[in-house]
Amino acid sequence: MRSVPDFLLRQSFCPNPAPTVPSARLKTGVSAVDAALGGGFALGRVHEFYAAQSDDSAAVAGFAAALAIIGGQSIIWIRPKAAMRSGGVMQGAGWAELGGRPENILFVRAPDNKALLRATHDALRTTGTGVVVAEIWGRASEIDLTVNRRLSLAAEQSGLPLLMIRIDAEPAPSAAETRWSVASAPSRGLAAKAPGHPAFDIELLRQRGGQAGLNWRLEWDRDRHLFGDTATSRALLPLPVRRPIADAGRGSLRRVA
Amino acid sequence: MQDAEVCAGSPDAPLVLIARVRGALRIAAVDAHARSLGLTPGLALADARARQPDVVAVPMDEAADRHWLERLAKGCWRYSPLVALAPPDAISIDVSGALHLFNGEAGLAEDLSAVMAGEGMSLRYAFAGTDEGALALARYAPLPVDDEATALRALPISALNLDPQATLGLERAGLKTLGAVATRPAAAIAARFGKKAIDALARILGEANRPILALPHAAPLRFERRFAEPIAHQAMIANALLDLMHDAARALEERGLGGRRFGLTMARSDGAKHRLVIETGTPTRDPAMILRLFDERIGALADPLDPGFGYDSLTLKISNAEALAPQQPDLSGETKPEGALAELIDRLTTRLGRSAVQRLIPNDSHIPEQAQLALPAVECRTPQRWPAPPPGEPPARPLFLFDPPQPVEVIAEVPDGPPHRFRWRRTMHEVRLFEGPERIAAEWWQRKGGEHPGKGGLTRDYYRIEDARGRRYWLFRHGLYDEKPDPRWFLHGLFA
Repeated sequence: MRSVPDFLLRQSFCPNPAPTVPSARLKTGVSAVDAALGGGFALGRVHEFYAAQSDDSAAVAGFAAALAIIGGQSIIWIRPKAAMRSGGVMQGAGWAELGGRPENILFVRAPDNKALLRATHDALRTTGTGVVVAEIWGRASEIDLTVNRRLSLAAEQSGLPLLMIRIDAEPAPSAAETRWSVASAPSRGLAAKAPGHPAFDIELLRQRGGQAGLNWRLEWDRDRHLFGDTATSRALLPLPVRRPIADAGRGSLRRVA
Repeated sequence: MQDAEVCAGSPDAPLVLIARVRGALRIAAVDAHARSLGLTPGLALADARARQPDVVAVPMDEAADRHWLERLAKGCWRYSPLVALAPPDAISIDVSGALHLFNGEAGLAEDLSAVMAGEGMSLRYAFAGTDEGALALARYAPLPVDDEATALRALPISALNLDPQATLGLERAGLKTLGAVATRPAAAIAARFGKKAIDALARILGEANRPILALPHAAPLRFERRFAEPIAHQAMIANALLDLMHDAARALEERGLGGRRFGLTMARSDGAKHRLVIETGTPTRDPAMILRLFDERIGALADPLDPGFGYDSLTLKISNAEALAPQQPDLSGETKPEGALAELIDRLTTRLGRSAVQRLIPNDSHIPEQAQLALPAVECRTPQRWPAPPPGEPPARPLFLFDPPQPVEVIAEVPDGPPHRFRWRRTMHEVRLFEGPERIAAEWWQRKGGEHPGKGGLTRDYYRIEDARGRRYWLFRHGLYDEKPDPRWFLHGLFA
């Protein structure tokens, strides 16, 4: 005899709305980055952010938070429960200090990666406005190509951007629109050797149908809700450096995409 | 009958409730202490202050009084189903045919007094043949009442509740009590003071009766399907469930309500009962959505539901419902984004648990780890605004806090210098930039004897640190050197 849940699941299945073409983009405010992305981070797509090293967890989360703040609407942030131990508890005060509005954030704590991915999928299907951020720690073997594809389809249909944060993981092929490596960068110090505004070293590892292997150093301006380019102010031109992709083969990436 | 005057505040100061009458603050109600000092309702607050400088004046909240009276009246349903409100301060209960359950009037009065004393209320009650009679006795007669008829006839004229001129007229005519009025010819009284006076008199004396205007009982929102034969087939169970949801939705729509808490009891033919409860963040009556939430709940069960030989009955009970205005979908048939977010909250809450879907609420504390409350999102529908930081400054609070703070080995200047380098998670970090200390004292006022030096808890000195590779940390030294011989260092937070 089959159990009730299967049946009810089928009962509650609701058809997806027709896919939409994203028109708006999240503009970072740095013209070089926006130009490389064709105008900014596309809505309705999946963007992956890998922490360059495992102790860059706060930097990559901060970068995603800044992008979500640019998005401006309601934010759904999904974290695994285990992240509280290794990465700390997210603070409304810290979020407000980045220029965000913590009252707009909905925090979801998932007991495991499977529940996290399911919650992410549900969040994308709400068809509301906003940004969905999913934080994934470790290699997470649950994220196979099927899951990837499903998430990116859900993002396309709802028009919401999904920012996937990967910590302690090697960049792997996926259906994401862009893949980044994020590290914290030394800030421009203030008077009396005080640490300055948050700065990030970001590297575009891969972009579907676009150039990749570029890197920049960005500084977050919480008052304007935009990134600034620290390099120009330090008399260092932003260097779009051609770099080999961290993955073994480019071909494999293309094939997946 | 009872006096619903709330007596609160400090016991030694007279308490009065004030209301604005024609631009002047006047006393609307007084407590027993104030009454004994000669303060009466109607007195101007300024006069009362002149007489008793220590009087405590609180604005009267009539809506709250009314609400409380209604709650008390609903509590009185335990004595009789017919309970009526007599605002502002009384409740009348029709106890005809219910007295034997409480061993007569004395038993009921004893029970009621005990209950009201438990609520902190002072109680005046009286029994009479009509509710007007009982109200008049409770309000105007010296208690306790021994002989009902005599007591009713001895009531003052003001018990008739006529307009002041009529009351004054009757008193001037030398009629001081109801008994005196009742002995006069009714026609003469009616000719001069109107039929209202005669009607009121007849009702108080029990010569005329009027049914009481009882508080309406709302039928419980409970829906049941019983089956002639136990059903075990999934399709039938689901169909019955959907039928129940539609019944519930119709009933809710008729009352203009939406359910917040739904309980489903599935009675199996062998006597086992399966109970499932779902909660929603916003009131709802959408059958498809309720079914989806039950579906989530069933999916989250540790061991799956086993229909066995089938279910005898399904019962849906809505234990918590709130007002929900009827909504007309717009022509495109799309739901609003807020509605979609509320639905997401409900689904995730049902699947992952209440505490797994949260919103952050600022908490008024300067201890960093206590500066926020993470409340279940189903509970806080209107999130509070967070204060915005001053412009132009770098972040002063980290994005992530460790709970508990993580111990680090630090090389720093003694006593008050910043760290030079520290070791965290087996890695050495060289400090490049720092700012601090930001000194945060312990909440000494929370501790017993905390006002004495050295007893209030350890002070923390916080430093914003940036290491050579650009990672930004929040470190603190737990204790000053004059508080503790060898204070330890902790890493408390990570900045973006």
